[in-house]
Amino acid sequence: MSPVWYAAKAGVRRGWTELRQTFTTGQDVFGYALWTVLLIVPLFLVRDDPLKGAGISAGAFMLPSMLGMTLAFTGMMTTAQLLATEREDGTLLRAKAVPHGMVGHLVGKIIMVSGTALVSMALPFAVGVFLVDGVARQGGGALLTLVWVVPLGLLATLPMGAVIGSLVDSPRTIGLLMLPVMGLVVISGIYFPLSKLPEWLQTVGQIFPVYWLGLGLRAALLPAEAVAAELGESWRHLETAGVLGAWAVAGLLLAPSVLRRMARRESGAAMAERHRKAMQRVG
Amino acid sequence: MTTAHALSGAGSSPPSDSDTVIEVRDLRMRYRSQDVLKGVGFTARRGEVVVLLGPNGAGKTTTIEVLEGFRMRSAGDVTVLGTDPARGDERWRARLGIVLQSWRDHGKWRVRELLAHLGSYYAPYSTTLVRRPWDVDELIAAVGLTEQADKRVGTLSGGQRRRFDVAVGIVGRPELLFLDEPTAGLDPEARSEFHGLVRGLADENTTVLLTTHDLAEAEKLADRILILAGGRIVADGAAEELSRQASAEATVRWTRDGQPFEEATAEPTRFVRRLFEEHGETIGGLEVRRASLEDTYLTMVRELEAGSVPGERAAHTFGEESR
Repeated sequence: MSPVWYAAKAGVRRGWTELRQTFTTGQDVFGYALWTVLLIVPLFLVRDDPLKGAGISAGAFMLPSMLGMTLAFTGMMTTAQLLATEREDGTLLRAKAVPHGMVGHLVGKIIMVSGTALVSMALPFAVGVFLVDGVARQGGGALLTLVWVVPLGLLATLPMGAVIGSLVDSPRTIGLLMLPVMGLVVISGIYFPLSKLPEWLQTVGQIFPVYWLGLGLRAALLPAEAVAAELGESWRHLETAGVLGAWAVAGLLLAPSVLRRMARRESGAAMAERHRKAMQRVG
Repeated sequence: MTTAHALSGAGSSPPSDSDTVIEVRDLRMRYRSQDVLKGVGFTARRGEVVVLLGPNGAGKTTTIEVLEGFRMRSAGDVTVLGTDPARGDERWRARLGIVLQSWRDHGKWRVRELLAHLGSYYAPYSTTLVRRPWDVDELIAAVGLTEQADKRVGTLSGGQRRRFDVAVGIVGRPELLFLDEPTAGLDPEARSEFHGLVRGLADENTTVLLTTHDLAEAEKLADRILILAGGRIVADGAAEELSRQASAEATVRWTRDGQPFEEATAEPTRFVRRLFEEHGETIGGLEVRRASLEDTYLTMVRELEAGSVPGERAAHTFGEESR
């Protein structure tokens, strides 16, 4: 077995170990629980409000949309956040000091973030499905949609998150990025259908993967009549695959060179310098 | 180990042509318009503990990072384990161990878990001569962390963390180990334990390059001390050798008829004999004091930090024979 393969296998074990760690660390568990609560509260408030002409409640519309948003968030922002943090605390440098350690680190991160995304989606789903009617009663065909939308969503967001995490200079910058991301959620048709927004905002919203992940999840989990609330009254599978695929290709093309450049620049001195700056901010 | 045994394993592990593990010639480093290293040169042989000593900001970390292949040099020739670090591949990297300053990573991992994980990357590089990685429990015992083996890394004390960092550095059984300021922030006991650990590694033929700004540590650990100041190696030799060079001059103090006198001389023994021949009984309070390596080093560091002395004069402090 070649050393690269060997490192990749070590990376798989690394991913599982990190998943086990995050789900047994109080602070992290609290984070997942808090996320679930933040999603469930608005859902609970509008669980009986009817969505005009769609035959479902506003809550039923929101649940799959929010699952799509969770996928996009975790894939992109968690990846970026982890990468920026691990550059600062020396995890990446450690990986660099080990033969093919970067391969293992990357594989581990992909498994870790994917697993986190799935769990972050499963928790609100498990709670929400009892709160609102009409979600996930569609049987086999709809579930097949999940089988391609979820992996494609991870492919569309993870590499892009890695690019962001490589380009920012500190984990705190990621915090600042959350503001525009919140804005993006508003124009991505998560809490209400996109058709309620002015046309130019609809266009902007449809550039980003958040909208398409929401749409994909709605297509999988909502009854067929609910399509009436969508743009063009269609689930637009082809467009979903196209846009998410474009983001995936762009990310996969960009990420290797950006990651390599970031890794090459990583050194103890650079880390110490970032650490010094971070301490200055604190003190 | 018999010769026959050594030869049988030679095919699977490319041994170095010679005993030289590190060779650096005229290494230069320039940041923007500032010269950090202005022609550093030294060598290290197999099994040697070489300590790179110098004040903060002298360029110790820069030097070590160039050797680790983490940083591109501006100019000069560098060979580490027969390879230019700028072109070192992963096979080369598997023969190095690296302990850097200020690790804070992997806080959620348990000690044994992380050592086993990081060690697993070295398994493809195992040879009949060098079994890689190190057995985890054996390694944990070697660095004295058996009791902490199931603790999370983030909960270790400063000294334990440092020993853990060394364990990570040597888990692949490196031929060459880099340690950057390994004892910074350790209490005296932890420091002493740490020194024992490093000496033990050298006894097993691991070459160690360690940086420190603490002279006492350098004297205690080093087979050879390199003093880096002003971007150059200003002294290179065993601790005793450097002491001898540093203390070439002695100060003789005495009183004659109650009057104090003082004289600097390169030959204090002869001077004192003459003093007694000339003045006999009237001489009292005789004191001969040689400058210790510490005196010389501290004076040099003070002068360098005050910016009053360029590297050239620092080199002169130790005499030309040290070059």
